[in-house]
Amino acid sequence: MSEISLAQQKFLLTQKKHRRTVTISRMCIFLCFLGLWEGAVRLQFIDSFFFSSPSRVVLCAYNMAADHSLFGHIGITLFETITSFALVLIFALIITIILWFNKKISETMEPYLVILNSLPKSALAPLLIVWLGANYKTIIITGMSVAIFGSILSLYTSFQSVDPEKIKLIQTLGGTNYHVLTKVVLPACIPSFFSIMKVNIGLCLVGVIIGEFIASRQGLGYLIIYGSQVFKLDWVIMSIVILCLLAWGLYSLLSRLEKGYQKRMS
Amino acid sequence: MEKLMEISHVSYSYHSMQGETPALSNINFTVHKGDFLAIVGPSGCGKSTLLSLLAGLIEPEHGSILLYGQKLFQKTSGTIGYMLQHDHLFEWRTIEKNVLLGLEIQKKLTPVAREKVYDMLKTYGLYKFKNARPSQLSGGMRQRAALIRTLALEPELLLLDEPFSALDYQTRLTVGDDIGSIIKKEQKTAILVTHDLSEAVSLGNRILVLGKRPATIKSVVDISFPENISPLERRNLPEFKDYFNKIWKELNHDE
Ligand SMILES: Nc1ncnc2c1ncn2[C@@H]1O[C@H](COP(=O)(O)OP(=O)(O)OP(=O)(O)O)[C@@H](O)[C@H]1O
Ligand SMILES: [Mg+2]
Repeated sequence: MSEISLAQQKFLLTQKKHRRTVTISRMCIFLCFLGLWEGAVRLQFIDSFFFSSPSRVVLCAYNMAADHSLFGHIGITLFETITSFALVLIFALIITIILWFNKKISETMEPYLVILNSLPKSALAPLLIVWLGANYKTIIITGMSVAIFGSILSLYTSFQSVDPEKIKLIQTLGGTNYHVLTKVVLPACIPSFFSIMKVNIGLCLVGVIIGEFIASRQGLGYLIIYGSQVFKLDWVIMSIVILCLLAWGLYSLLSRLEKGYQKRMS
Repeated sequence: MEKLMEISHVSYSYHSMQGETPALSNINFTVHKGDFLAIVGPSGCGKSTLLSLLAGLIEPEHGSILLYGQKLFQKTSGTIGYMLQHDHLFEWRTIEKNVLLGLEIQKKLTPVAREKVYDMLKTYGLYKFKNARPSQLSGGMRQRAALIRTLALEPELLLLDEPFSALDYQTRLTVGDDIGSIIKKEQKTAILVTHDLSEAVSLGNRILVLGKRPATIKSVVDISFPENISPLERRNLPEFKDYFNKIWKELNHDE
């Protein structure tokens, strides 16, 4: 190993200290929050019937895990989210490629895409349920409806931002539009494809939960809405916590994929 | 010498909703086999447009371009290699994959062709870097890689659009020398667009001087230096300055 100068050592040390402080502070906030919450309930400052408490949430999760009902709910929500996410990616890619190949189609479709994208998608969910029935397919489509239009628009923008000189290069090498797509546009758009994925995994989850609110007998969205109706706030809060963990887990999975790709490219 | 390409009465305009931009008007010249033609002209006069026409990427509005007496169309691009201003090496490919891109697109990636490309990489000092990414190479090396990518398709005519303008002066001289020698060694015919007059004189054997947009040919200057002398050495000969001044005058001469 090469020698590290004193100044560099000092710099590294301060960096390490800084990171440690941040980590500890984060933990502190989390623990204080849990402590205050639990304490406030125990001392009856707030009513555990409405506010639940950390220990009750854990207990509730433990009981539901013991009778396996919890895994069913998590599983179905996860399945619906991942399916709608995968379908969004596939359809967004196919549609964007079609738009990219044909300027007439893309210009014709543009205002529709923009309007559909700015529409609050939760407004569509009740309609979808009436049309398609209350089943998991409807929920998957609700999830897709939240993410697909934005994905197409951002993907199309990144297709458009490919350097025209690079496209000219392919033409000088005798390539056709198909080569421009496969040799330049798609590889050049992989980084933006990753960031689009990271945004949209969260949106799919939102869509799925909206769908489950109104059309499901299963899943975390159902637990939340049902729990709030029968005043089982333990269920509601537990589901929210699990949703947080799910969203974080899915996001970091994609981050890891992205890092892996970046590493392979350097 | 055999006629390779004949350009007669070529005109071209760009059209947009804002109006028409005439870029070239009535261009006539002939390229013989083994020529090294340099084209100089004020910026924005239509030099790149001319090369795009010669490469068959766009079609002339008037006039004709004949390659070996045949009308030019895009499929002939095998015989014509075009090197753009920037190397445009793709960061998502290794150097090897970058220089094989043309062969890959044209489905000519045979073991023989690959071997030839490897030979070129070796000759021009890039073989060690074949698994590197473009960003790991110096500007001069990247430009050489871009040239090999063009040469891999074994074009008879090379079109070079200010291939050195992205380089710093020092590198530019050596890479210009390098690439000039490579083209001579591979016995190619070349057309070089540049707005560096000394580059034109040091590399070309004939120089077309274009006027302001829409470009017309103002004059053609034949350059002759002793055989077997490198572009860098040309710069030290007394004729160099005379040619330079002559072209300078032609460029700035308004009729
Ligand atoms: N795609 C295009 N659409 C409309 N006008 C264009 C287009 N490409 C070039 N032009 C115009 O045509 C003229 C000639 O352009 P061209 O790129 O051929 O010039 P050039 O001599 O290569 O310039 P430079 O020295 O800057 O490289 C310029 O005025 C330019 O603005
Ligand atoms: Mg140009």
